[in-house]
Amino acid sequence: VNEACVVTVALAGVMAAVLGAALPVSSRVGAAVTLTWVSCAAALVAAVSVLHSGHVISLSTSAILPLTGVTVVLTPLGALFVIAIAVVALASTLYWLGYASHGLATRSASSALPLFVTSMLLVPFAASVATFLVLWEMMALTSLVLVLTDQSRREAARSAAQWYAVMTHAGAAAILLALVLLSAHSGGQTFVDIEAHARHLSGAVRGTIFVIALLGFGSKAGAVPLHVWLPKAHAEAPGPASALMSGAMVNLGVYGIVLVGNVLLGGGPVWWWLLVIALGVVSALYGALYAATSSDLKRLLAYSTADNMGLVLIALGASGMFAASGHPTTAAIAMVAALLLMVNHSVFKGALFLAAGAVQIATGTRDLDRLGGLMRRMPVTGVVFLVGALSVAALPPFNGFVGEWLLLQGLLHGLPTSNTSVVISVSVAVAALALTGGLTVAAFVKATGIGFLGRPRSDEAINAHEVAMSMRLGAGALAALCLVLGLVPMLVLPAIERAAQSAGRVGAAHSTSGWVSLHLLGLRGVLAPSLLAGGLAVAGLAAIVIRRLAHRRRNAWPGVNAVEPWGSGRRVQTQRMQYTATSFAEPLQRVFDDVIRPSRDLNVSHLVESRYYIERIAYRTSNDDVIERQFYRPFIAGVRWWGQRARWFQNGSVHRYLAYGFVALVIVLVVVA
Amino acid sequence: VNGFAHVMSQVLVAVVQVAAVAVGGPLLLGLMRKVRCRLEGRVGAPFHQPLLDLRKLFVKQRMRPRESSWVFGAGPVILVATAVAVVAVSPLATTRPPLGQSSDFFAVVFVLLLGSVLLALSALDTGTAFGGMGSSRSMTIGALCEPALLVAILAMAIPARTSNLPALVRIGLHHPSVIASPARILALASFLVVILAESGRLPVDNPSTHLELTMIHEAMVLEYSGPDLGYIILGESMRLVFLLGLLVNLLVPWGVADRPGALAFCVGLLALGIKVVAAGVAIALFEVFTAKMRLFRLPELLAGGFVLALLGAVTAVVAR
Repeated sequence: VNEACVVTVALAGVMAAVLGAALPVSSRVGAAVTLTWVSCAAALVAAVSVLHSGHVISLSTSAILPLTGVTVVLTPLGALFVIAIAVVALASTLYWLGYASHGLATRSASSALPLFVTSMLLVPFAASVATFLVLWEMMALTSLVLVLTDQSRREAARSAAQWYAVMTHAGAAAILLALVLLSAHSGGQTFVDIEAHARHLSGAVRGTIFVIALLGFGSKAGAVPLHVWLPKAHAEAPGPASALMSGAMVNLGVYGIVLVGNVLLGGGPVWWWLLVIALGVVSALYGALYAATSSDLKRLLAYSTADNMGLVLIALGASGMFAASGHPTTAAIAMVAALLLMVNHSVFKGALFLAAGAVQIATGTRDLDRLGGLMRRMPVTGVVFLVGALSVAALPPFNGFVGEWLLLQGLLHGLPTSNTSVVISVSVAVAALALTGGLTVAAFVKATGIGFLGRPRSDEAINAHEVAMSMRLGAGALAALCLVLGLVPMLVLPAIERAAQSAGRVGAAHSTSGWVSLHLLGLRGVLAPSLLAGGLAVAGLAAIVIRRLAHRRRNAWPGVNAVEPWGSGRRVQTQRMQYTATSFAEPLQRVFDDVIRPSRDLNVSHLVESRYYIERIAYRTSNDDVIERQFYRPFIAGVRWWGQRARWFQNGSVHRYLAYGFVALVIVLVVVA
Repeated sequence: VNGFAHVMSQVLVAVVQVAAVAVGGPLLLGLMRKVRCRLEGRVGAPFHQPLLDLRKLFVKQRMRPRESSWVFGAGPVILVATAVAVVAVSPLATTRPPLGQSSDFFAVVFVLLLGSVLLALSALDTGTAFGGMGSSRSMTIGALCEPALLVAILAMAIPARTSNLPALVRIGLHHPSVIASPARILALASFLVVILAESGRLPVDNPSTHLELTMIHEAMVLEYSGPDLGYIILGESMRLVFLLGLLVNLLVPWGVADRPGALAFCVGLLALGIKVVAAGVAIALFEVFTAKMRLFRLPELLAGGFVLALLGAVTAVVAR
């Protein structure tokens, strides 16, 4: 049955792509989505059975790829990733049904989306270097097509696709190098062969391979400074595609790091994991800072993805470090925390991107400074976004909180057993984690408060209407999952624990006693998320009842009176007097001025008659990515400069080209001789 | 029957703690105002004035800005609910609060944060300039407080090997040397800075200001009136008492009930009242002699708090 599931995943995905390209516009989206669901369902069946029984699925054939053949193995670790991807994909494709009717049901998008989902679902199945790389590349190319969906209307989409194409292929080259090195040194290209031999390689070779793989997979996970493509591509892709990229594709970057670091190389020395923690700390802080100061809704969400992946990397690094210093229990907690953070991120970031896509459909803009008042106009989308925002901010009773709590517990219990250098770095990591948390809260209060609350700031926002039913259902399902996973994390924790154990060298993490409280095994740490939520609910209901009773007893005016806001007695208040996203972020931007170095431009023009009277003031500020501005732009300019110089050699003269050939031949002969 | 009696006694403990904090919070506010007034040479309102204010507010009409959404009404309710929830399960009068096993320091802090976030959101929902101003400023301060707060908790939790709140209080009761350790002292100093910032006291925010442009917390609640404003005052004062109660119980745990029984609990409640009043009066005295800091000098204060906490965490590990 399991083998049939694997075949179904692939076949249904390919058929969906073919139908999406071939059918007329009226039926292509429906057909493609239905077949994608079949593909997701088959993947879910296979993954759940692997996690439930603990038996791996294993399949290999030489029919598809020449020379190497295809090897497919699904371990519990891979199965967890498959489930996270499938859940996001089910919701996003449901949403796509309604979204595509806004002029985006193109042939390319309808066939690229199913292929993208299928290739992501199959990446964790891959068990040989060739299979892995082919699927990885297919995932990159199909997502590139999706980023380009709207390119006829948006110039920015083309530029984003360019950045994405270059960065993803640079990353793929690094991954290729690492995996080829690994298979060359261990004399086989299936992961089983590599796993058996990689432990006996020299430390230098293992370290080199790990660092190269970390860079390659890190760029996919959006680790700073390799993140520059992420805010562009995730923001420009259409709603469901950005939900898939941010909710599912970045996970595979994490998967790659766990695969190479923990499974294939079987863990490593402390410095590897310090490197991972450093990468995570930088990503988390940088992503959170830019999320807090960004005023483009989807760009903000994309930066927050870099921030959340940073947290996952911190947890992964901590797990590896505790394992390397011989503490399997805390290593297990940190690993479970990493995987739980990742699963949670998939769910809430999927919901947030789907809600942001709905806002873009309803208003035609992503600029927070032009939104506002959408909670009244789009109540379902507003609540979905609010739930997602509270989850991202790690607030109970939503799911983000449980992952963060587990990570803090892992770090807390790992600290006293480590040596001093580790202690200081982990303390700094906790501080970074906390600052990241605070900045994320500010970013999402801004996104929700400016985007959805208050008064509308533009005509587009005034005329916004709630989106189609399928879009609300898709986004709402993920938001509901945020609450469910926040109340009963025990639903997924056993599966995550099994996955963590199959990632190697970690002990058991927690002992579930029923569905109420979460006990850490052998440590004093207990969390009862549902009781906490129940307490909150009871207290909130009591407060509402008391307010109503106290009111009714001695009140001539029952009910709530809607009045003009008081605003400290100001007579006229327009929506332009409200705080905007830019002004909301101004204090934080000023505090972190040295880090983000925003460019400001103030133009004051005076009247001709007298310079004491001001005609108009123009103030422009932009906070484009400082790493892009300081490192990538000069690098690109340098490459371009060398390209210009090279034109001198390539001037079209055939004689000169023949001369080059001759000189090259002579040099080769001299060198060889 | 025994189990039922146990549950009932736990519920009773929670209800009494919540009731004591709900009545004590406004009283503490009134007392702090009275102390300030006396030291500034004024008579001041009676110290139970906030309770009278609350009674008045609860019979007034409810109003909301015309274009606000349901979030505006939900903010105050959730603020009070989060305060009630954390007070019910925390070791204030006794080290055996209901659900004490799962009363975790990190969880409590995140629950309180939920209340702050909802209040900031409802301030933005008013659609006025001052609402946004207060919300932006309070979120900025909150973001900068967070590192000091979490690392301070870490520094206190490392020696005890747990972040469970009753255990943290109990370890001070049974091993007083833990309280005198540099880790605990540095962490509590940092915690105090965070309390002043989070509850909007001087030198971070002036609770009695009437100038909108300098407001932080008051600017957020300008649009509230009637029962909603009452809930905000109640919630904020409960948070203040709760945070001070935690601080004093972590610093001088003596008096807190460590055994089951009604008498011990009453003694614990009395001790809590005395300690919190002393802390509140100390803060009021401090406020008389302090001026408000400029908003953009605050990062220095909070960074100072963070450095104290980090030193505490490192000494906690090294001292082992």
